[in-house]
Amino acid sequence: MEYVSPEGLRLDGRRPMEMRQIRAEIGAVAKADGSAVFEMGNTKVIAAVYGPREVQHRSQQMSDQALVRCEYSMANFSTGDRMRKPKGDRRSTEISLVIRQTMEACILTHLMPRSQIDIFVQVLQADGGTRSACINAATLALADAGIPLRDLVTSCSAGYLNSTPLLDLNYVEDSAGGPDVTVGFLPKLDKVTLLQVQNLLNCVILGRFSALVVGKMDSKLPIDTFENVMQLAIEGCKAIANYIREILLENTKQLEYRRGL
Amino acid sequence: MLHSKTFVKKTRGGKVNKQVREHYLRDDIYCGAPICKVCDSSTARLSPSASTILIVDTNVVLNQIDLLENPAIDDVVMLSIVLEEVKNKNMGVYNRVRALCSNSLRRFFVFANEHHKDTFVKEMNKESKNDRNDREKAFSNFPVLTSKSIELAIRVAAQWYQTHLGGATHVLLITNDRENKRKAIEEGISAETIESYVKSLDRPELLDLLVQPTSEDVNMVEVEDLRPSKRKIMYTEHKPMSEITSGLHRGIYHQGKLRVNRYNPFEAYVGSESIGDEIIIYGRTNMNRAFDGDIVAVELLPQDQWHEEKSLSIAEEEDEDEDVHLVPSSTDDAPRTTSLVQGSAGDLNFASSHPSGRVIGIIKRNWHSYCGSLEPMPMPAGSGGTAHALFVSKDRRIPKIRIHTRQLENLLDKRIIVAVDSWDRLSRHPSGHYVRTIGEIGDTCNLKQEIGGRDTESEVVLIENDINSRPFSSQVLACLPPLPWSVSSGDLANPIRQDLRNLRVFSVDPPGCKDIDDALHCTSLPNGNFEVGVHIADVTNFVHPGTPIDDEAAERGTSVYLVERRIDMLPKPLTEGCYQGEQRSLAIHWVHIFTDGIVNFADVRIEQEMTPDAEIISKRYTKSVIKSCAALSYIEAQARMDDSRLMDPLTTDLRNMNALAKIMRLRRIERGALTLASAEVKFQIDTETHDPLDIGMYQIREANQMVEEFMLAANVSVAGKILEDFPLCSLLRRHPTPTREMLEPFLRTAAAVGLNLDASSSKALADSLDRAVGDDPYFNKLIRILATRCMTQAVYFCSGDLSPPEYHHYGLAAPLYTHFTSPIRRYADIIVHRLLAASLGICKLPPIFQDRPQLTSVADNLNYRHRNAQMAGRASVELHTLIYFRKRYGIEGPVYLTTRSEKGGGEWFVDEQQQKIRKMDGSLSYTVLQTVKIHMEVVEPQPNRPKLQLMLI
Repeated sequence: MEYVSPEGLRLDGRRPMEMRQIRAEIGAVAKADGSAVFEMGNTKVIAAVYGPREVQHRSQQMSDQALVRCEYSMANFSTGDRMRKPKGDRRSTEISLVIRQTMEACILTHLMPRSQIDIFVQVLQADGGTRSACINAATLALADAGIPLRDLVTSCSAGYLNSTPLLDLNYVEDSAGGPDVTVGFLPKLDKVTLLQVQNLLNCVILGRFSALVVGKMDSKLPIDTFENVMQLAIEGCKAIANYIREILLENTKQLEYRRGL
Repeated sequence: MLHSKTFVKKTRGGKVNKQVREHYLRDDIYCGAPICKVCDSSTARLSPSASTILIVDTNVVLNQIDLLENPAIDDVVMLSIVLEEVKNKNMGVYNRVRALCSNSLRRFFVFANEHHKDTFVKEMNKESKNDRNDREKAFSNFPVLTSKSIELAIRVAAQWYQTHLGGATHVLLITNDRENKRKAIEEGISAETIESYVKSLDRPELLDLLVQPTSEDVNMVEVEDLRPSKRKIMYTEHKPMSEITSGLHRGIYHQGKLRVNRYNPFEAYVGSESIGDEIIIYGRTNMNRAFDGDIVAVELLPQDQWHEEKSLSIAEEEDEDEDVHLVPSSTDDAPRTTSLVQGSAGDLNFASSHPSGRVIGIIKRNWHSYCGSLEPMPMPAGSGGTAHALFVSKDRRIPKIRIHTRQLENLLDKRIIVAVDSWDRLSRHPSGHYVRTIGEIGDTCNLKQEIGGRDTESEVVLIENDINSRPFSSQVLACLPPLPWSVSSGDLANPIRQDLRNLRVFSVDPPGCKDIDDALHCTSLPNGNFEVGVHIADVTNFVHPGTPIDDEAAERGTSVYLVERRIDMLPKPLTEGCYQGEQRSLAIHWVHIFTDGIVNFADVRIEQEMTPDAEIISKRYTKSVIKSCAALSYIEAQARMDDSRLMDPLTTDLRNMNALAKIMRLRRIERGALTLASAEVKFQIDTETHDPLDIGMYQIREANQMVEEFMLAANVSVAGKILEDFPLCSLLRRHPTPTREMLEPFLRTAAAVGLNLDASSSKALADSLDRAVGDDPYFNKLIRILATRCMTQAVYFCSGDLSPPEYHHYGLAAPLYTHFTSPIRRYADIIVHRLLAASLGICKLPPIFQDRPQLTSVADNLNYRHRNAQMAGRASVELHTLIYFRKRYGIEGPVYLTTRSEKGGGEWFVDEQQQKIRKMDGSLSYTVLQTVKIHMEVVEPQPNRPKLQLMLI
């Protein structure tokens, strides 16, 4: 299967280093403390944040930091085929965990002891790269809720197909079975907080990652190619961070305007 | 960069569900014309002075690819939508077009019209629902446009080009579809059919390359109107695909690959999985226009017709005046059922046990281009310029092909290549078109012509076997180390490379062999054991994975040995060293290579410590530098060993090794290794004219066996080593155990001459072969040749694809085997070298080995190339045999009747049980393996297809 034509165009007309169109909107759920919709091409996710609020189960309360909880789900209509998406299946649990860990790493939890922060993300439309989109949406929602953050964590995926590193895989490219990485990145601190590797073997776990989850490993990628793919994903994260910052700035300006300042 | 977004919706078969794909339309796709002022011209491919830019539609590409490949056609814009359509319809043509587009000498530009914002066309849904092609497309995973939309998209793109380039160049749409052309002209696009365009070029020879429009393209009605009564329907219609599919499901049709009998083109076999047997198809009518290699759907004939069909096929055969060829040469293509015996009344039971059938549809065509010549014919009186001619392929399995030519007088005495275009049911012969001329046909009488002619014939052998004999490209040659190359101090200092120049290493090869790749040494150790080293040239030191030279070698797969020339897998400096010009004697040359020479300095070495009874105690594998002290030929080595006066260290080494080898050989034979034989013929070639001077059998000496034994041992031990470290991605070689049915005909033949062979295991077979000694020294060899014919071929495979019991090599009786010892002439060995290096931790494993499907496809290619190389070698021997016997017209001598003659259907009576043929009146009878006298001459029963005829006297 040819995923990149000899002319250097992908199936959907992008070039290898191009991302899909991204769009973000803050304040999608009125009742939540913070919320956002984030789109990457045809992938569309909504995130809502509640908190910091009182811990629901006393036993989970921590005296020195806030408790972060995350729930990921996919809407039944998100993929088009009318399959019921069971809640709490392996995949959702895993992605919930990944998002929670990533967010926990950037929230200044020690400022909010004995409290709880709930992050709900739901996929409205799935077309590859859902976990990246979820992380980006959650970041925006957290920022909207005014929760103190170390940095805006952003995420992007990159893969390797037809001997070409590809940025931001869509569903067709994602399901091609090639190796792909999902990177979570703190742009200001220039630090990778999440690295998820799929279909990859022989990759060396580097010391600078604070979290690393290795998915199913099948095909192999030499380490130098891996570095290229990973660098590409980081570039993608940086671009998304710029966009998110712009959106937040605009949102703040709007708030200012409404308050009549 | 502007992205705009649209949705392309697509349904998928089985479950119908909606697919939504993003589609980004771009404004940064350039037109590829350097004269364009708007676009970025850095990637432009079209010529700056092009007066006309051609835009071709799908059918033109699919049908006229030979014309497009002609350099006269240039400045072509390939729309990506057309390429996509071509890819869906014919992968072979697609690859050829892609090669054209990437060829820097040709001006073909790919315009990604479906991603350009101005030329993107939304799919029209007005297409009629029962368009079969489109319904098939619906099963595809990716959105594919209907043919109407494609036509529209082509016109839109043409229009865009016209306006985009303004009046600077003429944009011409080439389409053979009448409707499309009409619409294009209406829309103000200049459009022409391919015929009228080629005519306007005023190059008559190009017209021959044109494919004549088939009945599918033009209106069928028209053809029938012309001569309604004269056109006889020759063949039954092929069933539509849907009917075939449902028939296959219900089990009334059977699918399989059609293989035409190499010796009788009117008989074919379809190996069907659904009935687990081979279906025999007699006669062209039943074959129903299928070619050799086509995937066909077959319907079984009623059982009572199974035998009838047989006599029919012979009748037809006589009709067409083609007789049966006698030279058997391959094991691969001969039918497993050995129903070669025809026209006999005695084997009724045998015949009816095999189902026969007829082809009702062709699932996949295997058409490609064929080598051959035109059937001699008088020049047509009317000088209309064009003439129909019949093309006779060199490959007997291919029927005559009708072509249309304007240069008949030029082509009559030439070997030409012809491609098949179509075969409609009204014509006896398929129609095709001329592709190119190879050269003059090798003529019998004219000596001058013969030299050129033989080169042509050799060329034909190469083309027929798909062998690339082109010189190496400059990119490939650029990968060579700087010449003259010598061992640098860096190489010596390299810790992975041991310096073994102090060892007494020597090589033993056939006389005159230049691509020496192995050497040996044998040292007695103080404890009475021997250290035996097998040194193999370290080709991987120069051929690195992923470089052009590596790709080229992987593609070629193996060196090809013809009688008069060798087609190398690697460029000459790597195979022979570069001191060719200095005309040194062979021995010095060899030493030279090893001291400061070229390739073979560095070796991958296997060292085995052996006890005097040839038990291997330990093995070591290292890379090293060696220095050869002698390059011996088999004859020299043998002479040294035999000469009892010689007591020098080298001779002692040779004798020691020979003693070890004998023990190893014995042990191997005890395990059940078969000693098979093939009729290897050796020619002595005149150095000036390259004519064969003498013909003889290849003689095998003890020295040959000695070297062979150590190479086998090296291969076996490397196979074990790499499999241990890479159980899933090692390249090994296996030889499947022949089935009972395959051996059956052989055992029957043996039984006829009173031999009782036991083929229950390879050991039993080997033993009984050893016992099969007749009065004649040649008898045993003949029996072995026959045995070889029954075996399947040994093949390369990727270890992950099969389970360990299947790794077995039957012929060598080894559980594991691979090829390691000839990296200069086989690519498999290069792969194994890399695997071994990786397993020793010398370098890391190239990514290709980590990908099993890719390794499997490499193994498949190697098998294919290997077989073709063998075929080419045999064809070359056959060719030279002809040349040889042509000079000595009509010699007589005793030969051995290995194949039964089947002249004259009714006259002879074939006794299948006793393997005899008897004349009906009982006056004469021949038994298999009986010595007879024959008369041998070169005849040409069919023009331009000379062959050796043997006549019993």
